[in-house]
Amino acid sequence: MFDFSVVTHWIDGLLRSFLPEAATIVVECVLIGLCLLVGYALIALALIYAERKICAFFQCRLGPNRVGPYGLCQPFADMFKMLTKEIIEINHVDRFLFNLAPFMVIIASVLAFGCLPFAKGLQVIDFNVGIFFLIAVSSIGIVGILLAGWASNNKYSLIGAMRSGAQMISYELSIGLSIMTLVVFAGTMQITEIVELQNDGWFIFRGHIPAIIAFVIYLVAGTAETNRGPFDLPEAESELTAGYHTEYSGMHFGFFYLAEYLNMFVVSGVASTLFLGGWMPFHVPGWEGFNHVMDYIPSIIWFLGKCAVVMFIIMWFKWTFPRLRIDQLLRLEWKYLVPLNLFNLLLMVVVVVFNLHF
Amino acid sequence: MELIEAIRNIAPGATIEEGAIPMVTVAAPQYREVAWKLRNNPELSFDYLICMTGMDWGDSLGVVNLLQSTAHEHKIYLKTFTTNREEPELHTVSDLWETANLNEREVYDFLGIHFINHPDMRRLFLRSDWVGHPLRKDYNADPALNPIRLENDELPDTTPSYEESPDGEIHETRHVIFDGDEYVVNLGPQHPATHGVLHFRVSLDGEIVKKVDVNCGYIHRGIEKMCESLTYPQTLAYTDRLDYLGAHQNRHALCMCIEEALGIEVPERVKYIRTIMDELQRLSSHLLFWSCLCMDMGALTAFLYGFRDREKVLDILETTTGGRLIQNYNVIGGVMDDIHPDSVKKIKELIKYLPPMLKEYNTLYTGNIIAQQRLKHIGILKREDAITYGVTGPTGRASGWSCDVRKHTPYGVYDKVDFKEILYTEGDSFARYLQRLDEIMESLHILEQLVDNIPAGDYAVKTKPIIKLPEGHYFKSVEASRGEFGVYIESRGDKYPYRMKFRSPCLPLVSVVDLLARGGKIADLIAIGGTLDYVVPDVDR
Repeated sequence: MFDFSVVTHWIDGLLRSFLPEAATIVVECVLIGLCLLVGYALIALALIYAERKICAFFQCRLGPNRVGPYGLCQPFADMFKMLTKEIIEINHVDRFLFNLAPFMVIIASVLAFGCLPFAKGLQVIDFNVGIFFLIAVSSIGIVGILLAGWASNNKYSLIGAMRSGAQMISYELSIGLSIMTLVVFAGTMQITEIVELQNDGWFIFRGHIPAIIAFVIYLVAGTAETNRGPFDLPEAESELTAGYHTEYSGMHFGFFYLAEYLNMFVVSGVASTLFLGGWMPFHVPGWEGFNHVMDYIPSIIWFLGKCAVVMFIIMWFKWTFPRLRIDQLLRLEWKYLVPLNLFNLLLMVVVVVFNLHF
Repeated sequence: MELIEAIRNIAPGATIEEGAIPMVTVAAPQYREVAWKLRNNPELSFDYLICMTGMDWGDSLGVVNLLQSTAHEHKIYLKTFTTNREEPELHTVSDLWETANLNEREVYDFLGIHFINHPDMRRLFLRSDWVGHPLRKDYNADPALNPIRLENDELPDTTPSYEESPDGEIHETRHVIFDGDEYVVNLGPQHPATHGVLHFRVSLDGEIVKKVDVNCGYIHRGIEKMCESLTYPQTLAYTDRLDYLGAHQNRHALCMCIEEALGIEVPERVKYIRTIMDELQRLSSHLLFWSCLCMDMGALTAFLYGFRDREKVLDILETTTGGRLIQNYNVIGGVMDDIHPDSVKKIKELIKYLPPMLKEYNTLYTGNIIAQQRLKHIGILKREDAITYGVTGPTGRASGWSCDVRKHTPYGVYDKVDFKEILYTEGDSFARYLQRLDEIMESLHILEQLVDNIPAGDYAVKTKPIIKLPEGHYFKSVEASRGEFGVYIESRGDKYPYRMKFRSPCLPLVSVVDLLARGGKIADLIAIGGTLDYVVPDVDR
């Protein structure tokens, strides 16, 4: 299997050969930042296109089909439209916080995006508390949303932001607990190690019952974290028009829009890494030939493919279910998911201690 | 005759004019007392105020109330008047029939009659700075008096009320609608969930709705005023534009009312065609209800499924009438043109096509646990409340009130077809939802019986070129998609109506929003609005 660290080491060596240490690091950081941003934008565009097409097919429509073949250029056209649109200055807003909010949201999602292991050796940062770091940075986004709602000085936005705050802080718990279940199973928080450990079978198979429960909870809580339907109360269109981003226009709105899609990607990326083996191909212990064939598929395709499957499930949710009410949403979390999660964590500990897994 | 005797007993001073619906005229001082007795006498128990019409008879101003008893099924008009044109005052009956609350505000708006002890004497439709009261015959329509105003009409947080003290003095007090420190959110006039330009001011405590104040009139077009200067055939065009999802039914009511006044007997074929068209219209309306409710609840896919199927209904309407939303099909004495030769075939296809789709709706939405939790036990409308607020149609029937005009006073060929009046007793949003889905099935059942049996004959009878209604007053109502739609015409023998009043089914629907939504969440308010299914042009007229 191709190891991307070959490429990265070669670039590193090349730079070091004619640049001093400090300059090398600066150049590398800039390069990585650029790559991340380009990747971020491209994935977001692909997701917007995919979502529009998929939802169209769910709804007996065709979806975008005029701009480019199969409407492929539609998201680019949308992006340029968004970039060229005027950012409307609104009276009575807290200007500084209002302008800061979309950046908080986008920074949180880029940071989380940067932690994902895209392929073998293709990861920006890999340290021993990787998962912990990922949870920490992805929670910054909520600050942005609360700021957006508060600084807009709009009653609808404020209700949206408060809903969002209640929702995301609650569901953070479920996400954390279900990830913790898997950390207990893996015995490490380092992302590369977690992926390597799944060489003999993905965690969702090896961890059997507790892992599957954790996966389902993670999917539900992850959908809630990204404020997508059926948990899209913060921006419930029929109630709050657009919720916390009602007052935003132009690229400021675009940031919220991009961040929503990228957060969906991050959620599915984490789900694939923890439960579905990340970039690790599908291996069955003992079937050497089969495993070898699987290794021929590049690791980045494995990773993106798994993400695509999880994202499809999340989109499927959105385009099928009606929206929950705020009290039902919180009841689901505090009365069902959290107790179930705690029990599941205990179950996982038992499974690990008595070695009941595969 | 027993009825008239009973009324004579409780109201000795009243003059009673006999007719199909007796007209009981009482003087203003006895009005409230008689109304109270009519409402509370067990033999009479007039508990349903169908329609309140404000009138200007030239020398006097007053109201004509059409009352019905749900227990005994008899109807009377209760009329009262005041000759004081400068400061007309009548006692309110809004505490006897809740529906009078908004209706008296409408009468005040259009005729300037102050209702004593009415809790909220604001204008209902027009701006607060409007000069004059348009339905008065001496109204000055000079545009200089009421120019197009460009400044915002501030909505006050208090409302005037004319209260009578025990010694008979009348003084103006002000009631507070919203306190200064309440968190008041404007839902509308532009809001995705109000389905039109309707404005709710909602006082919130966090997510909890404390009070809803309805502001109507954003799409008020003065249709009743316009009708007074139009000939009868010309007035027909306006009924389609009231509740555009019940265009056929509304026009059917007006045509029947005029035909009854003229003594025209329409051919059987016309009755069949009108009934079929009414039911098709009901189908399209109920399918739209389903779609829009689902969209309000966040299920966008369901929205498009509903529209996909409504399209088939609209296609059938379009082949015959040429219109999809507003069809202008009924005319006095019949219909505009014969049905298209393909219609029968297409209707049969539709009857086969829709039931499997309804099954799909049930799998997609009705059975969904989230949908059920959002709708069950939300916005419970009790039967008594439905009657006193005059909430008819599917909403009233979902509360257990048998109010289907098609059953109680059949028109068209409804007496010849076999159909059930669907009733639910829960009165919650889910019952209102199921009610309409069941009515779709029932409409298909009606269509099935009619479509093969349309008799041959003329599609219209010849009418005189100039239609003049004999002097008198006429009322006719039909079961429109959203409830009882009635037309009250008072004629003085001219080719123009002296007064034409439309009993809109949606105004009562809007008036119960406050009752149902109080104490619920914002999301419940949306669900309640969705299941009440009001159409704003019908509210505002």
